Amino acid sequence: MELKTLTTIVVFATFALYIGIAIWARARSTSDFYVAGSGVHPVANGMATAADWMSAASFISMAGLIAFQGYDASVYLMGWTGGFVLLALCLAPYLRKFGKFTVPEFIGDRFYSKTARIVAVICLIVASITYVIGQMKGIGVAFSRFLEVDYNTGLYAGMGIVFFYAVLGGMKGITYTQIAQYCVLIFAYTVPAIFISLSITGNPVPQFGLGSTLADGSGTYMLDKLDSVLKDLGFAEYTVQKGSTLNMFFLTLSLMIGTAGLPHVIIRFFTVPKVADARKSAFYALLFIAVLYTTAPAVGSMARLKLMQTINPESGQALEYAERPTWFKNWEKTGLLEFEDKNSDGRIQYYNDQNPDFAAFAAQAGWKGNEMIKVDRDIMVLANPEIAKLPNWVIALVAAGGIAAALSTAAGLLLAIASAISHDLLKGVFMPKISERRELMAGRIAMAGAVLVAGWLGINPPGFAAQVVALAFGLAASSIFPALMMGIFNKRMNKQGAIAGMLVGLFSTLLYIFWFKGFFFVADWAVAENTSDNWLLGISPEAFGAVGALLNFSSAYVISKFTTPPPEDIQHLVENIRVPRGSGLASSH
Amino acid sequence: MKNNQQLYWKKNIRLILRCLVIWFAVSFGCGILFVDQLNRFSIGGYKLGFWFAQQGSIYVFLILIYYYTRSMSKLDKEFDVHEDYKLPRMSKVED
Repeated sequence: MELKTLTTIVVFATFALYIGIAIWARARSTSDFYVAGSGVHPVANGMATAADWMSAASFISMAGLIAFQGYDASVYLMGWTGGFVLLALCLAPYLRKFGKFTVPEFIGDRFYSKTARIVAVICLIVASITYVIGQMKGIGVAFSRFLEVDYNTGLYAGMGIVFFYAVLGGMKGITYTQIAQYCVLIFAYTVPAIFISLSITGNPVPQFGLGSTLADGSGTYMLDKLDSVLKDLGFAEYTVQKGSTLNMFFLTLSLMIGTAGLPHVIIRFFTVPKVADARKSAFYALLFIAVLYTTAPAVGSMARLKLMQTINPESGQALEYAERPTWFKNWEKTGLLEFEDKNSDGRIQYYNDQNPDFAAFAAQAGWKGNEMIKVDRDIMVLANPEIAKLPNWVIALVAAGGIAAALSTAAGLLLAIASAISHDLLKGVFMPKISERRELMAGRIAMAGAVLVAGWLGINPPGFAAQVVALAFGLAASSIFPALMMGIFNKRMNKQGAIAGMLVGLFSTLLYIFWFKGFFFVADWAVAENTSDNWLLGISPEAFGAVGALLNFSSAYVISKFTTPPPEDIQHLVENIRVPRGSGLASSH
Repeated sequence: MKNNQQLYWKKNIRLILRCLVIWFAVSFGCGILFVDQLNRFSIGGYKLGFWFAQQGSIYVFLILIYYYTRSMSKLDKEFDVHEDYKLPRMSKVED
């Protein structure tokens, strides 16, 4: 069957599945809508959390990042998984015991302050909206590449599906669709990975294949081969560090505590029946995530090797342009691969023309610059099935997997936004006496509004969309994570300390990001050029969240020492969340 | 009872700290700070430091959460703070 028809069938079959689940899992109460009635099995919640967490970026872009950065991309692998250790040990069980619906609600109650709650709502909304734009773009891109429809049409289709199951089912509908989406995305990711690992190393397990010898009988290890192929063309070796150690350290730490502080992930742990289930559930979440995250390094390195070897079949031998393989031609059409014959020899010279040590060699060979003028990183995952010569249904599945990854994360983020508006702002601040039925209606309206705003931003993405992901993690790391930690582990922490800490963390991180990337991301308003020489101690804006968190912790600690301790009932509240017994259902009061 | 609860919390904190020391050691230690030293050794085709950064740390994170969950379940029973009752599923919350 033709690829496009097949892809259309697979994608729409998954959509039908999601709609079927949504009708089955309608929300009937606010508890259903916000926390799926706290009745989700820990394994099921682990799977839903994994889908919630793994976004279009994890599915499509991460392996590409690893392919081109090699060892340096380890920050994403460790950062985006290590946060779950913090979640499981330090946050999830206690927040589940607290037994309410939202993250700002905990901050507001624990620090007996509406101001604290509102600051938390602002951080949550900024972090979640910036994140959701990326998912919307992912949906549009997947549609336009695989189904050859207009980007906007694809986006409308994705929005329609999310609208349907998120508005109807709330957290309950989202949870069960996320489980289905996890199955789709993990199958779509691992099948091509197994085949590429088999073809390169002869080992069907990508995690082992990465450390194995090549299947060509040479006895050379795959990674050693990749290092030498890259070195021969003037590129940095794959397994060797290129960036600064201090920056890697802070970036990994920022991604870890940012992960633990992202509200859309935390609220998933409110959906399990017991405190012990919240701990178990974190284990299953990381287990399901690890399946993809330990496969990604294999996919990245093997796809890179395959790409290098396609263009340079023998050392020093460039491929004739006329003899390029079909997948090469297919991706040229999308503009993601571009070739320019700079020295008009009809061959593809792909090398690092920025490397001064390599310039003499290139000049001698008659090369006039790198001729692969564009190699988009995202190709590494998307073109993988074609490079490994897999049947069309696998390619169709990859399209459905990419869309599933984007949809599941978008839905989780939209729920976090909607519940912050209907529960924290409306019920918590403006209309405390609102009835449950009306709050549920308000939640659905907020959700519908959030979907429309996210869709609008997906169609008219602000120019800074790619940069704001640093902002999402920075805010979660510097404001939300420390407030939650201190709320649980420091009984003496009072409202003055917590609010001051959140504001210090928030504004120091914002200031640092804006300083180098431009105030409100207007490039002309940047104070200093965004280069490592200008950075404070060589810490990049992306890695500053951890520094912001340290400033938050220390200022909160100092200020709480000089102000009145929290009232008796708050100290009891803290003692109460520290023991599992008596968790009960999450409720609004 | 009060003292018991304090002891439970103290034991929990000690367990968390033990786990976080390992968490830090495998990721920031083996994967970043001492990666060059560890890269002198290898397992199969993996340089050891590289393996910790791209594979090993994730496996250790998993084992850590599993260990913590198991230990806490035991601790909950020991101090009789576990949740032994069955909860109604999918029920409505009365408001």
